[in-house]
Amino acid sequence: MIEVHELTKRYGDRVAVESISFTAEKGRVLGFLGPNGAGKTTTMRMLTGFLPPSSGTARVAGYDVATQSDEVRRRIGYLPENPPLYPEMTVRSYLTFVARLKGVPRAHLAAARDRAIERMGLTDVAGRLLAHLSKGYKQRVGLAQALVHEPEVLVLDEPTIGLDPRQIIEIRGLIRGLAGERTVILSTHILPEVSQLCDKVVIINEGRIVCEDLRENLTRNASLEEVFLRSITRDTAAREAEATV
Amino acid sequence: MRNVFAIAGREFRSIFTSPIAYVVLTGFLLLGGWFFFNLVARFNLLVSLYSSFQQMGDASAQLNLNEMVLAPLFQNLAVVLVILVPMITMRSFAEEKRTGTYELLLTSPVGTGQIVVGKFLGAAGFIAIMVALTSIYGLILAAYGNPEIGVMAAGYLGLLLLAITFVAVGLFASSLTENQIIAAVTGLVMLLLLFVIAWPADSLPETPGAILRYLAVTEHFGQMVTGIIDTKSLIYFASMIVGGMFLTQRSVESVRWR
Repeated sequence: MIEVHELTKRYGDRVAVESISFTAEKGRVLGFLGPNGAGKTTTMRMLTGFLPPSSGTARVAGYDVATQSDEVRRRIGYLPENPPLYPEMTVRSYLTFVARLKGVPRAHLAAARDRAIERMGLTDVAGRLLAHLSKGYKQRVGLAQALVHEPEVLVLDEPTIGLDPRQIIEIRGLIRGLAGERTVILSTHILPEVSQLCDKVVIINEGRIVCEDLRENLTRNASLEEVFLRSITRDTAAREAEATV
Repeated sequence: MRNVFAIAGREFRSIFTSPIAYVVLTGFLLLGGWFFFNLVARFNLLVSLYSSFQQMGDASAQLNLNEMVLAPLFQNLAVVLVILVPMITMRSFAEEKRTGTYELLLTSPVGTGQIVVGKFLGAAGFIAIMVALTSIYGLILAAYGNPEIGVMAAGYLGLLLLAITFVAVGLFASSLTENQIIAAVTGLVMLLLLFVIAWPADSLPETPGAILRYLAVTEHFGQMVTGIIDTKSLIYFASMIVGGMFLTQRSVESVRWR
């Protein structure tokens, strides 16, 4: 469903993402794990067509993100780190607007919007202004806008950041409900989130992939924390060795 | 086209839900009313002065509403628009970049050209309403005096074209930054430059002087206010609007180059 091949992003001299490759299978949840600043957001922005890659390719649902960007964007739902909300709109009018933008046919607009509202448990707040919603509800509206056009692929950038524990549990439940029919890529630096939600884990450190495997393989002999720390320290040591040579 | 209207509609409504729109609208009409009142009062004074000098014959016939009230009114409103249009357009891109909704727009299956045209139509719609509201002054003059209607219509057209050109420039300024204040100041400076760019024209050789004069918005607007609709001016306004939108589109697209 998603095939990333030697994808690289440079900002001037700085390499944000260095030649990463991984695949995400249809209907699975892929956890994109890494410390802050590792290049998770940059990768997601390249997958969703917000940023062009400096080199390398990525294919989403068979379409290339650089050359067939429009086809990719039609099939992807994206929740950036800060949910992209217009505070002056109501939940209902906002979701209608997003559905129109994403190319939902006019006849299905209301149905698509209502389905997203119901799915994300927003029925009670559907008429409220986005500015007046709590952070948890804002995050739900963010998820609702990502799936209002029924995309095949969902890209979620740190979907539970800044929420209280109850809201985190709710959002995780919603995401779990979405998996199965869709391919989900989810970035996070919270390890338990990965163990609860993801089928596959990709660990990224300073722009490089240091580990890619199914979660069950990784956690067979050690806890995810150990795997994560081991991968990161091994990578950092390797880099230092490289630098001294 | 559907996407363009979706974006234009949202932009238009969002302008109306922000308090800036009402402050700008009120300020514009307040100043407009003040200009109008003073111009009419001065005109009135001149009429009574002229008619009191019997020996001058019917000198008051030389007084003309178009020249003495409407033309200076339009000129003053144009200066006010230089300041107020950037206040309306400063949000359009800058705010979206700051709040992150920019990412939603740019990851939707919508071309950057469509985004720019949509935003332009939304803001231009608001500005057109603002200009349309000043037609009350023309209506008052037509009801109580006898202005030349054709000349007046040309003046309003000029004011509208000027305002819409300003919107295109303001949008460009807004697309350059995520800071609304920088967007407003940049827009204001660019518009002021368009106003004064012809100043050195008289002391320059003929060709560069003519080019500067052609570039100045005042040149074309000034003609329209006196009732002359020259194709050259219409082409000027059209090319400024299209040029402004083109630059905006390039600037939006430039995220993809870096």
